[in-house]
Amino acid sequence: MTAMSLSNVNKSFGDVKVLRDINIDVEEGEFVVFVGPSGCGKSTLLRIIAGLEDATSGDVHIAGTQVNDTPPSKRGIAMVFQSYALYPHLNVRKNMSLALKQERQSKDVIEARIAKASAMLNLDDYLDRYPSELSGGQRQRVAIGRAIVREPKLFLFDEPLSNLDAALRANTRLEIANLHDALKTSMIYVTHDQTEAMTLADRIVVLRDGRVEQIGTPMELYNNPVNRFVAGFLGSPAMNFIPAGFLNDGDTRTLGLRPEALQISDGGALHGTVQHVEQLGGDTNVIARIKDVQFSARLFGQHAIEQGQTIQFGFNPDQLFYFDNAGARLYDETSARE
Amino acid sequence: MINARGNRLNAAAMHGALIVYTLIALFPVFVILINSFKTRKSIFREPLALPDAESFSLIGYQTVFKQGDFFLYFQNSMIVTVASLFFILLFGAMAAFALAEYRFKGNTIMGLYLALGIMIPIRIGTVAILEMMVATGLVNTLWALILVYTAQGLPLAVFILSEFMRQVSDDLKNAARVDGLSEYAIFFQLVLPLVRPAMATVAVFNMIPIWNDLWFPLILAPAEETKTLTLGSQVFIGQFVTDWNAVLSALSMAILPVLVLYVIFSRQLIRGLTSGAVK
Ligand SMILES: Nc1ncnc2c1ncn2[C@@H]1O[C@H](COP(=O)(O)OP(=O)(O)OP(=O)(O)O)[C@@H](O)[C@H]1O
Ligand SMILES: [Mg+2]
Repeated sequence: MTAMSLSNVNKSFGDVKVLRDINIDVEEGEFVVFVGPSGCGKSTLLRIIAGLEDATSGDVHIAGTQVNDTPPSKRGIAMVFQSYALYPHLNVRKNMSLALKQERQSKDVIEARIAKASAMLNLDDYLDRYPSELSGGQRQRVAIGRAIVREPKLFLFDEPLSNLDAALRANTRLEIANLHDALKTSMIYVTHDQTEAMTLADRIVVLRDGRVEQIGTPMELYNNPVNRFVAGFLGSPAMNFIPAGFLNDGDTRTLGLRPEALQISDGGALHGTVQHVEQLGGDTNVIARIKDVQFSARLFGQHAIEQGQTIQFGFNPDQLFYFDNAGARLYDETSARE
Repeated sequence: MINARGNRLNAAAMHGALIVYTLIALFPVFVILINSFKTRKSIFREPLALPDAESFSLIGYQTVFKQGDFFLYFQNSMIVTVASLFFILLFGAMAAFALAEYRFKGNTIMGLYLALGIMIPIRIGTVAILEMMVATGLVNTLWALILVYTAQGLPLAVFILSEFMRQVSDDLKNAARVDGLSEYAIFFQLVLPLVRPAMATVAVFNMIPIWNDLWFPLILAPAEETKTLTLGSQVFIGQFVTDWNAVLSALSMAILPVLVLYVIFSRQLIRGLTSGAVK
């Protein structure tokens, strides 16, 4: 059964179209990540699923039921917000129990669910504290706990990690992945961080300017992007785009080459001047320039490379992507030569 | 070193300034208090002297309690002030929430219309108000005063409170909606506690003018049983002779309840400021 499905959803604020013709299905137990640049409509889409915003047209189904006119609290969802959104005048325990009290659950049920959630998230020591007495990471865990206790059919996360520092973000990311394994509930997760998307998702939905660009598993999107935008958005460092004419006189297409697909090789097809070298220990990132186009290569291990030297890279032709000038993927790799 | 000393100097200067200001502000109150315990002669002979065995007298208080129904006046003032504040805060906060939270046609116009009252003194409409009160039979009731003071206080209350309510984060309200709180519950249980400091400010701003007002009690409710304290005290101020003992005693007693209300509200104000409210 599909846990959530959107069909032909459009949304406008006044004359501004924010979402156009969105169709997405989320399967039972699936972890789906919406990813896209800032302002592309991710949060708006999530708020439409939650019922905090009405779609201008289109249908939202949750667990098989149409919920277009159902208020947020009756949709069987729980939401975690970017700003935590904890009730500042209630302590952690009361923050978590508020929704259950609204549902008129019995005291025993409330106690049991809080105990379970707080054990899961290591919140036992903080139950009597107020949000202002917690660190950012603890607040985020409370926010997640508040969602868990409701035992929803669908979790919605809106950039839950973006206010945390890098180390804590990696930790909490893992915690969310574990949470999904333990609960097996469907989750929709919004982020503009491609690493979060790649590591967490069963499937990724890439959005741009209110449109769905591509939907697929992380590896499908990485190996087989439908256009230049998706190709450039996923993967870090980002894919290189080089005019094909550099390698092949008269070719007007654009070449896409992942930094990790490049190796140093004498007589390689791609040669440039080294601009900058990032030694990461395990990896070495080389940023080089061919004519006035900058590109990067990610080399495994440590390499002694000097700034300013010329360098030659080779690559496997199978790992080349071709795009036309509008950014669409060209699958016929030999044609388009003029 | 220099920094620490600079800080200490700063702190001393600041405390000095505040102490001087406090003394200046409290001086009239102090003079009223000490003179209310003196005989008429010594009030005029040495207005700044403390009451001693010779000059001490409770004559003022005795007059006040004998003349007129002082406790009734007191009670009337209290009812009018507290009820007006209650309605100002309740309706002001509700209007402010609607203006701050919901997008509807004419939202801005409505906000401007409500704020207009800040600039137009309500006393300009006294005659019309009196006619209305006569027509509705509310003359010489406390309701007349409560309604007028509520109307007088609402514009500023709406203005200040809607500004504060806009600052309560949307995520917080949305989290409450997902948690199943009704719009009323969001208003009463979430937004009101968060804007408590602003509510206290509005209450303090409105309280003193209402308690001290002479104009509307004189015009709308001059009857013996609806007299307020300020109006009641006027009997001691005559055209030719003024019973200063009684006036000073009445004033001294009138200060007390305002003081109590003020302490209650300023507690709220400080608690609100220090609870690290919104974020
Ligand atoms: N209430 C609103 N009124 C008018 N425009 C809005 C409103 N809310 C959002 N928008 C517009 O809709 C677009 C999408 O906003 P949204 O918040 O969904 O972006 P987002 O993808 O979540 O971005 P971010 O990654 O920065 O959070 C933006 O261009 C924004 O300006
Ligand atoms: Mg967003």
